[in-house]
Amino acid sequence: MKKENRKWKAFKTAFPYTIPIFAGFWFLGLTYGIYMNVSGFSFVYPMVMSLTVFGGSLEFLAVSMLLSKFAPMQTFIMVLMVQARHLFYGIAMLERFKGMGLKRFYLIFGMCDETFSINYAAKIPEDVDRGWFMFFVTLLNHFYWFSGATLGGIVGSFLTFNTEGLDFVMTAMFVVIFLEQWMKEKRHDTAYIGLAASFVCLMLFGADSFLVPSMVCIVVGLTFMRKRIERAGGLT
Amino acid sequence: MTIEQQIITIGICVFGTMLTRFLPFLIFSSKKPTPEYIRYLGKALPSAIFGMLVIYCLKGVEITGGNHGLPEFISIGVVIALHLWKRQMLLSIAGGTVCYMLLVQMVF
Repeated sequence: MKKENRKWKAFKTAFPYTIPIFAGFWFLGLTYGIYMNVSGFSFVYPMVMSLTVFGGSLEFLAVSMLLSKFAPMQTFIMVLMVQARHLFYGIAMLERFKGMGLKRFYLIFGMCDETFSINYAAKIPEDVDRGWFMFFVTLLNHFYWFSGATLGGIVGSFLTFNTEGLDFVMTAMFVVIFLEQWMKEKRHDTAYIGLAASFVCLMLFGADSFLVPSMVCIVVGLTFMRKRIERAGGLT
Repeated sequence: MTIEQQIITIGICVFGTMLTRFLPFLIFSSKKPTPEYIRYLGKALPSAIFGMLVIYCLKGVEITGGNHGLPEFISIGVVIALHLWKRQMLLSIAGGTVCYMLLVQMVF
């Protein structure tokens, strides 16, 4: 009984954090499902991929991969390049996922951009179980993405309503999370490094291939400035 | 592509993704203490990552052409203003999104 209460409490705390994700994932998931549908794939494809990959940008890319010639090596390299940022999420969560038992596997499995951001940035109250909170954030997000993608794959192009611009909900969420993190820190060296490195790499390498160079620049920047950043003690 | 090739391609997507998600946890086991440098990165990275994700969301914006990213920049301004004012996550996100939708549907 007590354990049930603990889970329920974690669920109730987690749910509000996922509302923006619901809006964003349903919109993007529907779009993705519709895109697959009009590309000639059955709804089984978006359904299976949303469950197993659970990473929006790659799933969109996979549509064109599936439509072109079979190229396993090229696909693998592409996947690693697009998904490399998850390495950072893992490093940031190493300490926080300790002692989570079996839940840990699902938490790692479901760690997409949005789930990582919420689980990292959320102010979880002292009396709420952190493991279950993160578990429910992951589960809800996974469910939103899966249901949106599957539904989009089923109803396909029958949908017509003016949702132009709704995808901005994801940008708005990342801006808020960035801001929250900004306000938590006394010094902003690391935030500046992230913004500057990504912006410069975007300009140099273009929208399709700036992520990996950005990540390299960020690690190099953080490594060279380690003494300064640690001495300043601005890290939370 | 044959159906087998499609299954392999999807399998590669799953495997590659899980590799990037699980690798740090496989390298740095939870039984041994994590090296100092990695712990430092774990703490220093998130702010940089969130900055990178914001830029990532805006990667499609054309600064030099089109509407010069005005709807994006105005709406981000609204998000920041709302958040500094009320500090209610849902309000800031909803306000900024509605603003953006109005701008791209009616103004630009």
